[in-house]
Amino acid sequence: MSVRPQAHPVGPKPPFWRDRAKRALIFQVLLIAAVAAFLLYIIGNTQANLAARGITTGFGFLSNTAGFGIVQSLIDYSSQSTYGRTFVVGLLNTLLVSALGVVAATIIGFTVGIARLSPNWLIARLANAYIEIFRNIPLLLQIFFWYFAVLRTMPSARDSLSLGEVVFLNVRGLYLPEPLFESGFGLIPLTLGIAVAASIALVVWNKRRHETTGKRFPAGWISLGLILGLPLMVLVATGVPVTWDVPQLTGFNFRGGITIIPEFLALWLALSIYTASFIAEIVRSGIQAISHGQTEAAQALSLPRNLVLRLVVVPQAMRVIIPPLTSQYLNLIKNSSLATAIGYPDLVSVFAGTTLNQTGQAIEVIAMTMAVYLTISLLVSMFMNWFNARVALVER
Amino acid sequence: MLNKKNKLVLLATAGAMVLGANSVAQASTLDDTKNRGAVQCGVSDGLPGFSAPDDQGEWQGLDVDVCRAVAAAVFGDAEAVRYISLNAVERFTALQSGEVDLLSRNTTWTTTRDTTLGLNFAGVNFYDGIGFMVNTDLGVSSSTELDGAAVCVQSGTTTELNVADYFRANGMTFDPIVFDTSEQTVGGYEAGRCDVLTSDTSQLAALRIQLSDPDGSVILPEVISKEPLGPVVRQGDDQWFNIVKWSLFAMLNAEEMGITSDNVDEMLASEDPDIARLLGEDGNYGQGMGLEANWAYNIISQVGNYGESYERNVGMDSPLQIERGINALWTQGGIQYAPPIR
Repeated sequence: MSVRPQAHPVGPKPPFWRDRAKRALIFQVLLIAAVAAFLLYIIGNTQANLAARGITTGFGFLSNTAGFGIVQSLIDYSSQSTYGRTFVVGLLNTLLVSALGVVAATIIGFTVGIARLSPNWLIARLANAYIEIFRNIPLLLQIFFWYFAVLRTMPSARDSLSLGEVVFLNVRGLYLPEPLFESGFGLIPLTLGIAVAASIALVVWNKRRHETTGKRFPAGWISLGLILGLPLMVLVATGVPVTWDVPQLTGFNFRGGITIIPEFLALWLALSIYTASFIAEIVRSGIQAISHGQTEAAQALSLPRNLVLRLVVVPQAMRVIIPPLTSQYLNLIKNSSLATAIGYPDLVSVFAGTTLNQTGQAIEVIAMTMAVYLTISLLVSMFMNWFNARVALVER
Repeated sequence: MLNKKNKLVLLATAGAMVLGANSVAQASTLDDTKNRGAVQCGVSDGLPGFSAPDDQGEWQGLDVDVCRAVAAAVFGDAEAVRYISLNAVERFTALQSGEVDLLSRNTTWTTTRDTTLGLNFAGVNFYDGIGFMVNTDLGVSSSTELDGAAVCVQSGTTTELNVADYFRANGMTFDPIVFDTSEQTVGGYEAGRCDVLTSDTSQLAALRIQLSDPDGSVILPEVISKEPLGPVVRQGDDQWFNIVKWSLFAMLNAEEMGITSDNVDEMLASEDPDIARLLGEDGNYGQGMGLEANWAYNIISQVGNYGESYERNVGMDSPLQIERGINALWTQGGIQYAPPIR
């Protein structure tokens, strides 16, 4: 903390309008008051206009019966549910496709980004072609491509492609068997929990030991074995208390099992592949930002190439990668609203589309939808900033 | 510093004044229309028979004829219309916000729409109901056999609600596949995404002839709901409401009296007092709406009566070939009935 030198060390105190700091404060207060007054005015004006035109306002419509069906919902929903529930159904569908899109885009993006710098000519060129193709075609067209072009080549429900007569693929989507858990199954998630806890403890202990003694052992592989092996052993020991609900072709379509609708598949593929091409470039620039001396130094220690990448280059590159990566995640979440073009029941399609139109409550519905996207984006942004601060260069 | 902030405050005040002006400027729609020189009419995004551009790019259809009738009544010129194509989701907002003066777009008259959206329905120009179209390969002959079907439907329509009601009432389940525009809905049906395409039966007839193989699809006999379709205006402007309402009534009355676009000039000399009043030869029935005495004459001579419009656009003279059915006049066994000109 430094003390600011006094502008007027002697003499009477100047009047407040000559004091820069106070003047700035006054103007800021005035500006905020003006903005607040303006907002109040437009809200009042909107309400007066709506009332004058006989348009009903308020959020009461949320408890009315919706009366329309939604093809995919993660919670119980029927046409007898309320408009409030359509909001939740749409929100969850948006979150589902966004979350899975972020995961897939990250995996593809990192793989392609690293492949782009591969010394292998063919791999590097393939990665480059991927980036240039998918980065330069508008997302909406890619969604249409996956939905209409690829969907139309699928067989009808009666001539479905099948895998061992349990998994079916046709123009209506992908049908998977659904596991039905019997009593005694509760033991398996319990074992899984124990295995995960043990693995975490092992990794932490290994890290400490490595720091103090320099010795290391493959904790990653042992953890993987624990997490997969322990529940499997319990599963076999308890006599596999699971039955599978296999989809059956009855009437028009398959019944039973889990259905993944083609609208979801098309949107998820398009979002992941499109965003991944940007993430690949971010990863490439992040890696290239690390001085080549780092790689050479690591190689001089005779570390193998994959360890050089994993322990030396990527951790440093993350500091460059994370801020632009956050923007790509936000883009992906917001772009998921293009779902409405192919009829995937996301928030915009179900709530800002159908619900808005059936109730006519345009202002309320749009305000709620905007608030949702704003909240999701701010939360993602907050998390990524926290993550960024964690991996930031710690100067000692 | 100071200047910038002053500018901001000024901008805010100016913005508030513009908004204020907007709220005050609710002048009559008739004056706005006259100043503009054209009726702004919201129509569908392309539904043959009701509103779709023909091969010359001219809008044609039963709904388009309502727009033209209103223009003929206001300007004496049925061509003074600016068409704005709207999908189902956009239509009410466009009317509420004043983007269109009138919506003539196969829109179902329902309680919610009439009472909570600030809108008024000005009559019914087509009585319709929801039906189902299926591929003939499915071998389905009745909508009661549709349990478990995937159904393609357009977003934001009464169809979306009525279909859900129908399946629930009959103890059947279905997967709604919801699209934004009728074009996408048909695309989904043709791609095989759904077994059934559902909409108003008149629309199904129009959409069916657009399919690559119209004979491969059949419209099932059941009609599961009442869908009275008609033009819509904003609430709060009774003069404009009357103009749209009576433009439609003039077309219905003309058919009842046997006045057509061909014989309207001879009918001017008619002894029948009903005809004389409609054509403005006896009294001035346009005055109360701010129109000329010959408002109805202009409609009939330029657009024709309701029967002419029906046959030309959706009836036997058109590719749709929809029977008059309940859309016949009350004198012909139908339910189309207009109040008298008096």
